[in-house]
Amino acid sequence: MAQYQLLINKKTYTVDVDMQMPLLWVIRDIIGMTGTKFGCGIAQCGACTVHLDGVAMKTCLLPVSAAVGKQITTIEGLGTDKMHPVQQAWIDEQVPQCGYCQSGQIMAATALLAKNPNPSDEEIDVAMQGNICRCGTYQRVRQAIHTAADLMKKETGGEGGKR
Amino acid sequence: MEKNINRRDFIKFSGMTGAVLALGFYLPAKGKELLVGNLATQELELSPFILIETSGKITLINPRPDMGQGTFHSIPLLIAEELEVDIDKIEIRPSDGNPKYGAQLSGGSGSVAASWLPMRKAGAAAKEMLIKAAAKKWQVAESECYAKEGKVFNKKNNSSLSYGELVEEAAKLEVPKEPKLKEKKDFKYLGKKSMRVDIPSKVNGTAIFGMDIKVPNMVYAAIEHCPAIWGKVANIDERRARDVKGVKDVVKIKRPVFMKSPECVAVIADNTYAAFQGKKALRITWESAEAEKFNSADYFKKMREMAKTEGNPHENEGDVKAALSKASKTITAEYETPFASHAPMEPEACVVHVKEDSCEIWAPVQSPDTSAFGVGGQVAMAIGMKPEQIKINVVFMGGAFGRKAFYDFVVEAALLSKQVKAPVKVVWTREDDITQGPFRPAMLNAFKGGLDAKGNVTAFQHTIIGGSIQNQWGGMANGKKVDDWAVEAVDKENSPYEIPNFRLDYLHAEPSVPLLWWRSVYSSTNGFAQESFVDELAHAAKKDPMEFRISLLEKAPRFKKVLELLKEKSNWTEKLPKGKAKGVAIVRSFGTICAHVVTVAQKDKEIILEKVVTVIDCGMTVSPDNVKAQTESNIVYGLTAAVKDGITFVNGKAEQSNYNNYKMIRINETPKMEIHIMDNDEKPSGVGEPGLPPLAPALANAIFALTGKRLRTLPFKLEV
Ligand code: FES
Ligand code: FES
Repeated sequence: MAQYQLLINKKTYTVDVDMQMPLLWVIRDIIGMTGTKFGCGIAQCGACTVHLDGVAMKTCLLPVSAAVGKQITTIEGLGTDKMHPVQQAWIDEQVPQCGYCQSGQIMAATALLAKNPNPSDEEIDVAMQGNICRCGTYQRVRQAIHTAADLMKKETGGEGGKR
Repeated sequence: MEKNINRRDFIKFSGMTGAVLALGFYLPAKGKELLVGNLATQELELSPFILIETSGKITLINPRPDMGQGTFHSIPLLIAEELEVDIDKIEIRPSDGNPKYGAQLSGGSGSVAASWLPMRKAGAAAKEMLIKAAAKKWQVAESECYAKEGKVFNKKNNSSLSYGELVEEAAKLEVPKEPKLKEKKDFKYLGKKSMRVDIPSKVNGTAIFGMDIKVPNMVYAAIEHCPAIWGKVANIDERRARDVKGVKDVVKIKRPVFMKSPECVAVIADNTYAAFQGKKALRITWESAEAEKFNSADYFKKMREMAKTEGNPHENEGDVKAALSKASKTITAEYETPFASHAPMEPEACVVHVKEDSCEIWAPVQSPDTSAFGVGGQVAMAIGMKPEQIKINVVFMGGAFGRKAFYDFVVEAALLSKQVKAPVKVVWTREDDITQGPFRPAMLNAFKGGLDAKGNVTAFQHTIIGGSIQNQWGGMANGKKVDDWAVEAVDKENSPYEIPNFRLDYLHAEPSVPLLWWRSVYSSTNGFAQESFVDELAHAAKKDPMEFRISLLEKAPRFKKVLELLKEKSNWTEKLPKGKAKGVAIVRSFGTICAHVVTVAQKDKEIILEKVVTVIDCGMTVSPDNVKAQTESNIVYGLTAAVKDGITFVNGKAEQSNYNNYKMIRINETPKMEIHIMDNDEKPSGVGEPGLPPLAPALANAIFALTGKRLRTLPFKLEV
């Protein structure tokens, strides 16, 4: 057991856990935020995706020690003041079915859009293929990422500074 | 069953005070049809579905658990439509498994179909009572009043009273027997685009699934199951497991699997990771020699042998044998479909707290029923309590597809909680989920077809061979020869191709692994086989596969219309460049007709699935966008089963265990999908499954058109 300081959603948490414990279980069981999901435990499905310094990362195999000193963002830390455009787009396009994979999908999509504000279908496919959706919402995920890109453009004043 | 749901119980359940208009259903002593009753005036056993309080608050109870298919939204929408209230302004609560709510199972794509009339009637009855109450207050005729947006209006002077203000008066009234239902043209919500109410919570991490339940003093359990499924524990070396930090205990229990109870070993810990590490560190010697005899390759060999023998007839019209002997051309084919795992995104997980004289369950299950088949009944039996002592909290399912209508993991949690005397959260690993089943049955479908000189089909012999789900509860006892569930989707009613000599047979081949409903069940395996073989017949008759089907469906207008629309929407007759081809298939399952046209393209050695165009006839729709979403989902799920992995067994053990070797379709492999819904006034039917069965055959038929190679075994590779 060892003590770690974690910066999650701009708040510092001190945890005392096994150094091998994956970040996923620290976030879920120790800190108690359950938006980040467990789907496979072998870095295959992306349900456990969070951001580490803005980069989408699967956390089910990532030892907690590797996250120290990084800015960790989970689904709970997204759109806290106002809904994130990706979340809005996910509602507009009615993406989720069971919803279980969607935290991971949204974290992967927000990281993609931060890097590439106007991705093509192919770029979306490349960035999102680490995230499985057993309900098969992929067509809507693709569409919602385009919708979110449009919403973000409007927000940043891309269209005459409407907001 | 309890006698009356009296006001006190009810208020306890609803947490309400003061007057309330509460309507629900009851089954009259000599009736078959549910009637709507008023809780305040009738001494009845009621299942309340609509509650309106004086404060104006409206609560609707949804008895059909949501696994992603949208019942959380669609069922209350039926009530809201007739009651003239805005769905966003009402609270929707899941039912709690109390028998007063009647059937509460989500399964068989039946939720909307079964709820369509009763739910609307309840909404309409409440509305009429509120109008009556208002008319009385104003001393005007009822016809002078109308309801809109949670209020009753007076046509004359446009004054209005809110439902809340009318509750007291309305609660004293009789429930109208035949409330007038709205006409389709007046629908405000039904058949229109509406936003699902559960979605906002599913984009910000607040939706609570089974995996997310946390209750005070809860411990975590990971369970090591026998790799060959049916086993006993001969010896446990638990020292290394107990050395894992956070591990508290190691406990042997039994997992209930139909009539059997294989043993397994649970590691109790203070977090999930520690429980998983403890599970890995267990050294168990299993006694499972008998189970280890099962090999799926041998099982298929046996079914191939059986295919040479005569089947037991389920349907038999004309004389197939004579017609075959007279045919100018006969063709035979066998199709094989593997065992499959549901692999819902959320592995099985739940919390159960067994106390001295009661038990509380928090579980993502397809039914909160307390009957013997329901989760409540099974837990009660396992821990020696009465169903009334069990309280069930249904939470969101992270996918289910049939798997979460099987409650082994909930019973495991109950048995553990009883032993360790604390609330226990059971978390299955993905490996538990994929290797332990129950599985979709592996099947072999054998056909013989006969054509006359003009290419007309004169004989059609279909034999379905494989495992029986119902036999696991003794459903094939007493010499029953045909599993009537196993022949779904391809009997004459569901597959009305006009063929003069037709025979549908079944042969029971028992595998030793547990079987279960898997999204669309036997319709998926039967549909693949039948619609591929119909395609073979079309090609043997040198006819266009679309026209060939249409010509055999002259007397089945709904089927014919679906194909005609699909022919147009898919641009079936367009001339395709070399290296591209289309395939079609149509299957009716769970009352809904669905047909796909799949377009494939060759790129080097690879086959790319470019597009799927679909026409679905599910009668009138509650939520067309949800029909589309479910159909997209079925296409991806069906495609995964067609081209990814089946479950194979060697020495009783599943060879696949996680998403690395039981692979899923991913976004980059997802075709463009275009879904068209038939517009008609037919009775609604479900959409949670019917999009699946025609996908694999439409794809295989397209590949045949592209390459000339007939694919008769699932899964197949997308390669030339
Ligand atoms: S749980 Fe981490 S990738 Fe699946
Ligand atoms: S929405 Fe169910 S797994 Fe993606």
